[in-house]
Amino acid sequence: MTEPAQRSMRLGARRLAVLCLLALSWLSGPAARAEELNVAVAANFFGTLQKLAPKFEQASGNKLLLSSGSSGQFYTQIRQGAPFDVLLSADSDRPKQLETEGLGIAGSRFTYAIGTLVLWSPKADVVDRDGKVLRGGAYHMIGIADPRNAPYGAAAQQVLTALGLWETLNQDKKLAVGENINQAWQFAATGNVDMAFVALSQVSDGNAISGSSWLPPQALYTPLQQDAVILTRTGKRAVAEAFLKWLRDDPQAIATIKAAGYHVAE
Amino acid sequence: MIESFYSPDDLVALWISLKLATLTVALLLLLCTPLAWWLATTRSRLRVVGEAMAALPLVLPPTVLGFYLLLFLGPYGWGGRLMHHLGLQPLSFSFGGLVIGSMLYSMPFVIQPLQGAFQAVGARALEVAATLRAPPWDRFFTVAVPLARRGFITGSVLAFAHTLGEFGVVLMLGGNIPGRTQTASIVIFNHVEALDYSGAQRLSITLLVACFILLLIVYGANRHRAEVAAVA
Repeated sequence: MTEPAQRSMRLGARRLAVLCLLALSWLSGPAARAEELNVAVAANFFGTLQKLAPKFEQASGNKLLLSSGSSGQFYTQIRQGAPFDVLLSADSDRPKQLETEGLGIAGSRFTYAIGTLVLWSPKADVVDRDGKVLRGGAYHMIGIADPRNAPYGAAAQQVLTALGLWETLNQDKKLAVGENINQAWQFAATGNVDMAFVALSQVSDGNAISGSSWLPPQALYTPLQQDAVILTRTGKRAVAEAFLKWLRDDPQAIATIKAAGYHVAE
Repeated sequence: MIESFYSPDDLVALWISLKLATLTVALLLLLCTPLAWWLATTRSRLRVVGEAMAALPLVLPPTVLGFYLLLFLGPYGWGGRLMHHLGLQPLSFSFGGLVIGSMLYSMPFVIQPLQGAFQAVGARALEVAATLRAPPWDRFFTVAVPLARRGFITGSVLAFAHTLGEFGVVLMLGGNIPGRTQTASIVIFNHVEALDYSGAQRLSITLLVACFILLLIVYGANRHRAEVAAVA
């Protein structure tokens, strides 16, 4: 190649680079220093996090990109190199496992919400305050989430087992098993089952619960701890840490989580 | 007005779905035309094996197909390691990965109508063209392809609609990442999961109406051309 040809190529390349930079800065808008955090969030907390995200974005200037899914699916995907920075799981087992496998940053894990199980019907007067309706047997079907995959399903199984009803209900084919807690809710909300074991966060508006419901004593089931963890492959550890700290400490964040029907760790 | 009806996420997802479906159909036509031609014309015993393999993506549940693709295209799978050797990023959780997943998932919907259409063309028309000294590629492009037009149209429409509605594969392989791998069907699912039914309905209606109009145009044009051909 001749000298001038090389020079004009170099000039062309530089011009291209400048154009690319201009295009990039135009795409990213005025807040060019804002970082984007990819957050994988369990389906049951997705709605709540959608409410929290704008508040965090306002407070920090950083943006959250939310991906909703099941905790099991996220666990598989993270092991296959999924580009998430933070996982908000529906349980504590998988974040723990990710931590021991070195895929989660050790020490970053904490319980961001504790779920409450509720036996619920959209109609008034179906479920009584003490859950006696379960023993009465005057119902067609009960909806639950799959105990093998969904923490709330496992909790429902523990409650029914403690009441000595698990075997009978299974034998009588009176349990409609949903793939996750949202399906269990849908079974009841659409009237296809008389009542369902769902998450308090699904049926409470912060003050009152719609329809009729029974809150099983917390002693009957393992606490529904939902843990968050920062993933090792993140390139934005500082932002991820700031987000989790905000989620744990900010009064506004805690109020939103509580209003959605969760407890938080004291 | 559009912005008040759809959320920004909805619009981005619709655009990704449209891009994905268009690209998938274009690449599938390139890939499946020779394959279907071979299946339609060969006398080899391998044909039944080829036919069986071309139908296999229908068998596996989409999430399972997505799971295997994730293993294959991920950093520890063959596909992922090949990309690494080429100095590229793995295709899992990228738009390129979705294109590969969608192609595999929708392949039977292109191959089968094409194979049927090529078989319907028959050997006779091609033999006549051969006696008129048309070379093989000319016989293929000026005789077989126009006569098999219905197969191309049916295959394209089916693959396009099937890709728009695809869920399990893209959720598993793409990871539901807004702006990158989050398609319209996944956003509908997100709306349902967040109990936002009106959001889900807005997008569902959009997909249904858009696909209905598309199908009407394609089938209408096809019928019109068939009538013109019959009159001529």
